[in-house]
Amino acid sequence: MEPTNINNPEYFHKVVDCQHACPAHTPVPEYIRLIAEEKYTEAYMINWDSNVFPGVLGRTCDRPCEPACRRGRVDEEPVAICRLKRVAADNKGDVKQFMPQAPFKQNGKKIALIGAGPASLTVARDLAPLGYEIHLYDQQKLGGGFMRSQIPSFRLPESVLNEEVNFILDLGIHTHFNEYVKSLKETLDKDYDAVFIGSGAPKGRDLELPGRKEGAAHIHIGINWLANVAFEHTKNVGKKVIVLGGGNTAMDCCRTARRLGGEEVKVIVRSPFAEMKASPWEKEDAAHEDIPIIDNHVPKSFVVENGVLKGMTFEKVTAEYTKEGKRKLVPVGGADVFIEADDVLIAVGQENSFPWIERDLGIEFDKWNMPIVNEVTFVSTNTKVFFGGDAAWGPKNVITAVAHGHQAAISIDLTCRGESMNVRPSPFVNLVSQKMGIHEWAYDSAVVNDQRYTVPQADKKITLANRKKEVELGYDHITGFKEAERCLNCDIQTVFTTDKCIECDACMDVCPTACISFTGNASEIDLRSMLKVPATNLSQDLYVSSALKTKRVMVKDENVCLHCGLCAERCPTAAWDMQKFFYNVSKAGSGCASHK
Amino acid sequence: MTYLRPKFRHPELQKNKLGYTVDYYEGALSTLCAGCGHDSISAGIIQAAYEMNIQPHKLAKFSGIGCSSKTPAYFLSNSHGFNSVHGRMPSVATGANLANRDLIYFGVSGDGDTASIGLGQFVHVIRRGLNMTYIVMNNGCYGLTKGQDSATADQGSKNKSGNVNLFEPIDLASLAIETGATFVAQSFSGDKAQLVPLIKAAMNHPGFAFINVISPCVTFNNNMGSTKSYDYVREHIEATATVDFVPDMKEISVEYGKGTHKNVTMHDGSVIQLHKLAEEWDPLNRQSAMNAVLNAKSKNEILTGLLYVNPDARDLHHMIQTTDKPLNSLTKSDLCPGSEMLNAINADLR
Ligand SMILES: Cc1cc2nc3c(=O)[nH]c(=O)nc-3n(C[C@H](O)[C@H](O)[C@H](O)COP(=O)(O)OP(=O)(O)OC[C@H]3O[C@@H](n4cnc5c(N)ncnc54)[C@H](O)[C@@H]3O)c2cc1C
Ligand SMILES: Cc1ncc(C[n+]2csc(CCOP(=O)(O)OP(=O)(O)O)c2C)c(N)n1
Ligand code: SF4
Ligand code: SF4
Ligand code: SF4
Ligand SMILES: [Mg+2]
Repeated sequence: MEPTNINNPEYFHKVVDCQHACPAHTPVPEYIRLIAEEKYTEAYMINWDSNVFPGVLGRTCDRPCEPACRRGRVDEEPVAICRLKRVAADNKGDVKQFMPQAPFKQNGKKIALIGAGPASLTVARDLAPLGYEIHLYDQQKLGGGFMRSQIPSFRLPESVLNEEVNFILDLGIHTHFNEYVKSLKETLDKDYDAVFIGSGAPKGRDLELPGRKEGAAHIHIGINWLANVAFEHTKNVGKKVIVLGGGNTAMDCCRTARRLGGEEVKVIVRSPFAEMKASPWEKEDAAHEDIPIIDNHVPKSFVVENGVLKGMTFEKVTAEYTKEGKRKLVPVGGADVFIEADDVLIAVGQENSFPWIERDLGIEFDKWNMPIVNEVTFVSTNTKVFFGGDAAWGPKNVITAVAHGHQAAISIDLTCRGESMNVRPSPFVNLVSQKMGIHEWAYDSAVVNDQRYTVPQADKKITLANRKKEVELGYDHITGFKEAERCLNCDIQTVFTTDKCIECDACMDVCPTACISFTGNASEIDLRSMLKVPATNLSQDLYVSSALKTKRVMVKDENVCLHCGLCAERCPTAAWDMQKFFYNVSKAGSGCASHK
Repeated sequence: MTYLRPKFRHPELQKNKLGYTVDYYEGALSTLCAGCGHDSISAGIIQAAYEMNIQPHKLAKFSGIGCSSKTPAYFLSNSHGFNSVHGRMPSVATGANLANRDLIYFGVSGDGDTASIGLGQFVHVIRRGLNMTYIVMNNGCYGLTKGQDSATADQGSKNKSGNVNLFEPIDLASLAIETGATFVAQSFSGDKAQLVPLIKAAMNHPGFAFINVISPCVTFNNNMGSTKSYDYVREHIEATATVDFVPDMKEISVEYGKGTHKNVTMHDGSVIQLHKLAEEWDPLNRQSAMNAVLNAKSKNEILTGLLYVNPDARDLHHMIQTTDKPLNSLTKSDLCPGSEMLNAINADLR
């Protein structure tokens, strides 16, 4: 193999598994260390810069970082990255003083943002301090998008959401709430320099089954129903409730129903339990609230008698798989199953819908009626119109919407300044030795053995009685510290200097997880099999040195490195050093695209 | 502060035949200087014990005094161990071995511990053919007492303070062959590919097995002008042959062509496979082994690999015809069979 080019920041970025997996590339280990030091405000600000909604995300994030976390490869469970973020948010001090302070000197450019969800709010936050005049439109009476209308208060208290939405609105954003944009053409005619569409995927799928019309009064589209609950148009539900669907929306529907008077709430899914889309922790929470999940049942009809919904019938199926691994649901035979219900909530998916976008504005749509959007710049085929969040490629999650928002803001800023939006600003990076002395490092290098700490929950009696009562209580300071200590500090990189190595093998011998090998060079596939422990995790890179004196090379399999620093500790010549790698995605107006 | 070894190990470590992963053979984290060759040899011992499927409680470690003699703390924590006085490891090992012949005896010593204060004990334990593995971690100096020249320092070799050694060195490998060791090898701490099979073969050898391992002292003897530095050793190393130890004839997977290859079959069916043999060297012939060592020396080469082996070796217990049962397990009735037996013996002598 060729020697690894560690000057390319993407190499070390990839070693920080969690940060790399985070769509917004939040510097996770950096904020976790700050939490361990009880520097909650600083930890919050690292998050705020990257993901804009630390308090919201610390409670609701889909956490793509956690399955990626290195700890999960050596220990039973990953670090509770998400819930640590909440510790920072819960305990922060005055963070506002560290945020940009309006009013800002205006640059004369006007931007419209359609939809006030996390994607648009991120664009607003990034662009307002640069002097842009931001106009934010939403049909709802308050900002937040689905974070407000869909995510129930028992998972995300309104006060937490309000605080973080207001941090942005306070930057001098012109809000146009209670205003549905019914024509993009009209908006474009208002002379905006750019329009960002963050209108989400607001249309819930329906199920056209026999009885649907007759039972309509008690059959609800899940996301509409949740919005009605959030805005207090809906205040109760029948005692017996069926929730159709296996995703997170279904989980929110069933748990909300339990709080609005539902006593026998059942989730019914077509697929096997293990294949449900809902996150494992959401399924656990539903089970904890006595909600059975009945799998392998395909809905057939709504049963309505004398104009009153009585329940639904289902066909029992079993999943069979073709050779290619494709799933087929095959009826098992026997009579249909009838399940009683006073209300049915349909949570079987959402779709985009752009009835308000005229098709003659130069914005091309594909055969699925989705706009064609550039994956890097987020621009549509009309160079003034940008898409992001769920509006761009269908329903995802908050953190993805934020990541899109940052990139779209960069593009808008570049284009408003007459520069090419295809030349993206490089990330901010820094690499600094952590050596303080013998056996002394500037980070807490010892690896603790603790298992993941569970987040305490409020008593079910209380939470089921009040839909606004938050279920999770969050870690206290001490548990937060202990959980933070489980982080392996993957951003403290092992940096190898070939010229200094005398090939004494000390690093290889001491490494607890057999990461380091000295061997003849070969192609990557061969090299992977030649190591002390073969490197079978192909998603993890090999760090290869140039040729040493003996013509061998040092090969480090990054896979299960604990970042314990023992290799650097045992190296007589400091050929290994532990260096802190800070990587921050550039935001609009920062980085190499410096403001003129 | 990192000076704690994390408990996590690579999740894909393979188990040996006993079901242990290699970490079961580890010891405490070493307190030797970072980069000391001795640590590398310890790692080789751990690897060899793991590969040999050794039950740790069936092995006893012995050592004298020195950095090298400290290393039994850093490998095989689950085995027995005795850290004896300076240069006296052979007598303690002899006592233990006589008391219980059922254990594997593993001695670790330094060049000071063996070639200076312990030289007398060393040659006598060899003469007696004690069934043990004896490793010298040879750094050409007294590491523990701050690097004075030892008796294995080469004539003309410079130490860290610039002093040149005036005296003829003791060549431990030649001495071992000379005094009757039945397995003699030489190696380098920086060459585990060679060292590990040699340790395995030595542990399996049914007599006295000696391995002299050049092991640079990074702190006191890794300077320019030293003949035991990493750089010097790497530049002057020559191998008799590459070595493989195969515990069972049936497991031999690679067959090599004649001429450059030799299989030495031990009496228990295990095989030492040697390939790319040096010319004019026969590992089964003491004379030839001595010549090879001397030739290399005259060319300023450090000859490594297996030097000499006698596959028919017999150990001390065999020579003095002790009972097969470990002496420490003999009961009073075994030792004092009673007057009837005495009478029978007396009758025999009449
Ligand atoms: C029930 C449910 C629970 C969820 N839970 C989570 C969770 O726990 N964690 C997570 O990360 N994600 C969750 N999500 C997904 C997440 O809410 C979305 O992916 C995210 O909010 C998308 O952000 P966005 O900025 O693209 O748009 P949205 O948040 O969808 O906001 C779009 C806004 O645009 C407005 N709008 C649309 N069209 C117009 C128009 N023409 N004029 C004016 N306004 C308009 C809408 O009213 C809406 O307020 C959940 C989704 C649902 C349905
Ligand atoms: C009877 C006795 N004499 C002298 C000493 C001092 N002493 C301790 S270690 C040592 C030399 C050790 O050299 P070596 O065996 O080569 O070990 P190294 O530290 O080099 O590995 C000496 C002379 C002692 N401990 N006991
Ligand atoms: S251990 Fe810490 S730094 Fe490493 S991947 Fe997990 S959270 Fe990130
Ligand atoms: S920091 Fe060094 S010693 Fe520790 S696990 Fe990583 S490579 Fe091994
Ligand atoms: S410990 Fe240092 S000098 Fe020794 S092999 Fe490793 S990198 Fe090279
Ligand atoms: Mg010594």
